[in-house]
Amino acid sequence: MTVRKITKNDFANFVEALIRTEKVIGVQAKWDRFDFAPLESAEALRLDYDVTLQPPKKYFLPPAEVLLTFEVGGPYQSQLDGQEFLLLGVHPYDMVAINQMDELFRQDNYDTHYMTRRNHATIVACDVLRPSDHVFASSMGAAVVRKGYDVLLTDVGDSFLAEAATPKGEKLLARAKAVPADPQALKRREDVWARNKKSLNRHELKCDPAYLPKVLAKSYKHPVWEEKAKTCFSCGSCNQVCPTCYCFNVQDDVNWDLKTGQRVREWDGCLLDGFTKVAPAHEFRKARADRFRHRLYRKAAYVPPKIGGQIACVGCGRCVGACLPDIANPVSIYNQLIDDLGIG
Amino acid sequence: MCQCCAEKKDIYLPQLATVADISQMNATEKYLRLAMEDGPFDYIPGQFVEVSLAGIGEAPITISSSPTLGDSFELVVRKIGRVSNAIHNLQRGDKVGIRGPLGQGIYPVEEAKGRNLVFICGGIGLVPQRSFIKYVLDNRGDYGDVAILQGTKSYDLRLFTSEIEAWSKRGDVQMLETLDEGDARWKGNVGVVTRLVSKVETDLKSALILVCGPPIMYKFVLMALAEHDVPHGNVFLNLERKMKCGVGKCGHCQINHAYVCMSGPVFRYSDLASLPEAI
Repeated sequence: MTVRKITKNDFANFVEALIRTEKVIGVQAKWDRFDFAPLESAEALRLDYDVTLQPPKKYFLPPAEVLLTFEVGGPYQSQLDGQEFLLLGVHPYDMVAINQMDELFRQDNYDTHYMTRRNHATIVACDVLRPSDHVFASSMGAAVVRKGYDVLLTDVGDSFLAEAATPKGEKLLARAKAVPADPQALKRREDVWARNKKSLNRHELKCDPAYLPKVLAKSYKHPVWEEKAKTCFSCGSCNQVCPTCYCFNVQDDVNWDLKTGQRVREWDGCLLDGFTKVAPAHEFRKARADRFRHRLYRKAAYVPPKIGGQIACVGCGRCVGACLPDIANPVSIYNQLIDDLGIG
Repeated sequence: MCQCCAEKKDIYLPQLATVADISQMNATEKYLRLAMEDGPFDYIPGQFVEVSLAGIGEAPITISSSPTLGDSFELVVRKIGRVSNAIHNLQRGDKVGIRGPLGQGIYPVEEAKGRNLVFICGGIGLVPQRSFIKYVLDNRGDYGDVAILQGTKSYDLRLFTSEIEAWSKRGDVQMLETLDEGDARWKGNVGVVTRLVSKVETDLKSALILVCGPPIMYKFVLMALAEHDVPHGNVFLNLERKMKCGVGKCGHCQINHAYVCMSGPVFRYSDLASLPEAI
């Protein structure tokens, strides 16, 4: 589809106009960091951000959501959130993660709760301007993305290039004052992509990620799991900030009338003690090292066959920054395994 | 709601069922027979349901009846956690929510046709096995020799005693029962269930072996079967895990790469070789 060029001033006007008519979620400063939040002015939008505290996953799989309401003894009622919204400023690695989540929630048993939100979202992705401290998206092949979004924005200096990828995106961009992108601007976009494919790489994986399942196939009993897990707090921070973690718990809340209530889905984490515990007291994956290993195996061995072989780590680096004892970095673990066992 | 989702069913939405029968089996087990409000309920032995009590939550329970029972289905629930405690308080006529039947790892109903079958049950392991046992007995001509090995901790914990007695009296079933702890009221075998394996009259090597019991039992049963050179492909194990969604999303029941709710709960032993977390 055609690529449009929008001056930064016109882009700000475009965003202001959108805010007046749509629910717009955009990246904004939060203290000295950044996060996705409802956008109230174009000025607050920070497309020059490095990484957000939380991935945009929370708009499709909220930290807590009502799945059903009920009345004791009566029928259960589905609760679906079908509000249209615009998600503005999704980085490519987070877009890749959303694409993976879409596939996981769509396949086998279609999750209407996730998919309803997803189907009501318009996503404007944007290329990365400055790498965060721990990003390694280049290593994971997620520094640049060419699918999943409705519009892709690239900052080319004095203006944005905007490419619609869907009819929804076309309709959105029709509201912006724009001209067709000139060859020089398109060349600058190519340069941004070429640069990001190399530079979003504070931690460098020593192999093509496609080899990781093979590496893990022989790493199950490697001492790295025990070594790293020795200082793990089992706090689940790595799970909480991960754009591809989607495990959840389901609990019932009863209202004051003691008759009505709701069934609530909440984020859970495989690192947390009790994740596999059944009544009265048996816990199937009790050992901390086993839980630690499970997360790394999910990312590069267990989930990939469900998503066409892609590795379920997109290199956002959030877990690296969130982990207090600094043991979560997938690259350092995978590299240690590659060093010890090779990739063959 | 968008059109795309309006046409899809909500995988988390329970359907109502009525408690048609409920009775106490022993100190900890309750028997329930449930009838769906909106008509028939088709399932295959080995499948489970998520039983939902509004305000309490859901619990995955394997169906204990055979599909040959007809319109209703049976569950046996041990009083052990929050949901199962609430199930124990149900009365006839009460409504519960049901999602299911769930699970694609089922008993080898078709593969077992013409084959000799050996059921090895430990304690309430009899409950899920009973679904297939009753199915086989209701289609007796389709299957070869049938041996049922039941090991129970103590006399008072025995389940389905009248059914076991009836199976013992049939000429076409070898029913072997043992208690871990001897009892003045008990005249039969004493010892763990694995001691019964060598008493099976049918050829173990060519039979399909169906196993269900507490996790501790599996290794000992597998060792006993190994002594008889039973191929791993002929052994089926029923596994349990913590489960929330029951539909392959929530991650709780994962055993390495396999979801018990999707690939199980019945697994072929040879398929478990790549799952070190299985047992």
